[in-house]
Amino acid sequence: MRNAFASELTKLAKEREDICLLSGDIGNRMFDNFKENAPNRFINCGIAEANMMSMAAGMALSGLRPFVYTITPFTTTRCLEQIKIGLAYHNAPVVIVGTGSGLSYSELGPTHHSFEDMAILNCLPGIKVLAPCDQNELKAFMREAITLDGPIYIRIGKKGEPILNTHQQIKIGKVTELMNGNQFLILCLGPITSEAIETSNKLKEILGLKPTIVSMGSLKPLDEKFLMTQLSKGYKYWITLEEHSVIGGLGSTVADFLQKNNSPKSIKLIKLGIPDEFIHKLGNQKFVRSQYGLDSEGIFDVLEKLC
Amino acid sequence: MNIDKSIFLEKARLIRRKVVETSYNSKIPHLGSCLSCVDLLVYIYWFVLKIQIEKVDDPNRDIFILSKGHGAPALFQVLAEKGFFEEKLLDTFGKSGSFFHEHPPKPGYINGVEAATGSLGHGLPMALGMALAKKIKGLSSSCFVLLSDGECNEGSIWEAAMLAASLKLDNLYAFVDYNKWQATGRSQEIMALEPLAEKWKSFGWEVDEIDGHDFNSIDNAYKKIKTQLNKPKIIICHTIKGKGISFMEDDNNWHYRVPNEQELKNALYELEN
Ligand SMILES: Cc1ncc(C[n+]2csc(CCOP(=O)(O)OP(=O)(O)O)c2C)c(N)n1
Repeated sequence: MRNAFASELTKLAKEREDICLLSGDIGNRMFDNFKENAPNRFINCGIAEANMMSMAAGMALSGLRPFVYTITPFTTTRCLEQIKIGLAYHNAPVVIVGTGSGLSYSELGPTHHSFEDMAILNCLPGIKVLAPCDQNELKAFMREAITLDGPIYIRIGKKGEPILNTHQQIKIGKVTELMNGNQFLILCLGPITSEAIETSNKLKEILGLKPTIVSMGSLKPLDEKFLMTQLSKGYKYWITLEEHSVIGGLGSTVADFLQKNNSPKSIKLIKLGIPDEFIHKLGNQKFVRSQYGLDSEGIFDVLEKLC
Repeated sequence: MNIDKSIFLEKARLIRRKVVETSYNSKIPHLGSCLSCVDLLVYIYWFVLKIQIEKVDDPNRDIFILSKGHGAPALFQVLAEKGFFEEKLLDTFGKSGSFFHEHPPKPGYINGVEAATGSLGHGLPMALGMALAKKIKGLSSSCFVLLSDGECNEGSIWEAAMLAASLKLDNLYAFVDYNKWQATGRSQEIMALEPLAEKWKSFGWEVDEIDGHDFNSIDNAYKKIKTQLNKPKIIICHTIKGKGISFMEDDNNWHYRVPNEQELKNALYELEN
């Protein structure tokens, strides 16, 4: 995903003179192409994220379109007040990009994990919180982002994420139905969507079931229109899946939606995500996902019990 | 050669070997970053810190924080060699479910680790708090921090620097592993870091500037600044990223790369000879 980010941004910078890239001493060589094409619009801001974020606000308020890029904890919580005041309060059109989100840098430990970023940014007025499931969604969101007013946060993975969304019309705030089925409605956010897709193969094979799998793409704006249409579809279970804390992310947001819209009592919400704890026993992303039942097998186990 | 220096050389060589082997076996990056600070870690652990391994929770122990947390592979080897835990625990390095991965976890998981680091710019302010706590509690011990040059980009480092001077914390010591590289380029090109020693001086610190691979230089500098009262102290240590292995020295690719089999062999050969 990060390579797709770099190449798409290079394209955008060729098309528009106001696109700038601010990076916090990461992405070695990744931006060589960008630098070649727009040398004075690439700024390595060093390991000084708070300064980088306020600086982006200043550039945006001066008519530029800065993208701020570093590892998710450092581009979100490390400089939260800079985001709140410089970006959200000033409605500055900065695109924050967090790379290596969730468990992507799982082996690097809690300093590099991010399970709270979306929850925290979600409650800042005026900022959009996007988590594309693959590079197609990412590229579409980037293109649309620079036509919109105000700050946008895009949470991405690392590299090698499979392509899941091949639909033509990908839009910020609009879900994509990746699979249309019955019994379960699985609402997914981010690259972990691929685990749900994998689960569905097993569901079909072993239980003969086909769930509906949705890539939400965005937490804020939430595609409420779509969710409204699902209320009457008769799903017994709505399942949310995210590589993020079960507090404050997609699960909580969908719970709010259900509560607000007097959803039928028969709908049960199951939130799959990271519990409220730090992770000490480390390993790669696959390992930690499996520890928390967030891989395709863990999801299958949850669904099987519901049948 | 005096006896101290021979321990220094022997331990540094041993730790370098283990760091390279672990990087190869467990595919752990930041090899250049580790090799650059091995000599400083050995000096600090063998010649400076007053810690009794049997009493690691003694409130009056000296405290060390590896503020450049990505140097953890070197720190873990040092802690094992000092006997903080059994060396065979390191067999789990990088394995699923292990506590031994790329950064030091919070205290309680690996004996001897005093603070979780890995997000740059946290170690110095935490050590500042610990040094102040020692003063408040009337303890005579000190706090030591190892910073990287890239880390000195962070505002939090300079915020701590100003406050430490104003609090006159002479029990706070910092070492900068000044290898002139950070993740994506030369430190001086990314941020105008120089004159680094002058900066710390003007922030009210007692400063010395030395060769961070030379035992006598480090030792002389430490012994000298130690006598300074009422000021926090820092030694700017000029180092070489990848130090000790010719084809890694000053080549920042080894910030990310792990050695292949041939490179491992060559590296080990160089360290033996
Ligand atoms: C707050 C923060 N931002 C970014 C990173 C990512 N990162 C890890 S190491 C590094 C730079 C390494 O350079 P330096 O600090 O000089 O240490 P060296 O490896 O050269 O010893 C960066 C940017 C981080 N760990 N923490």
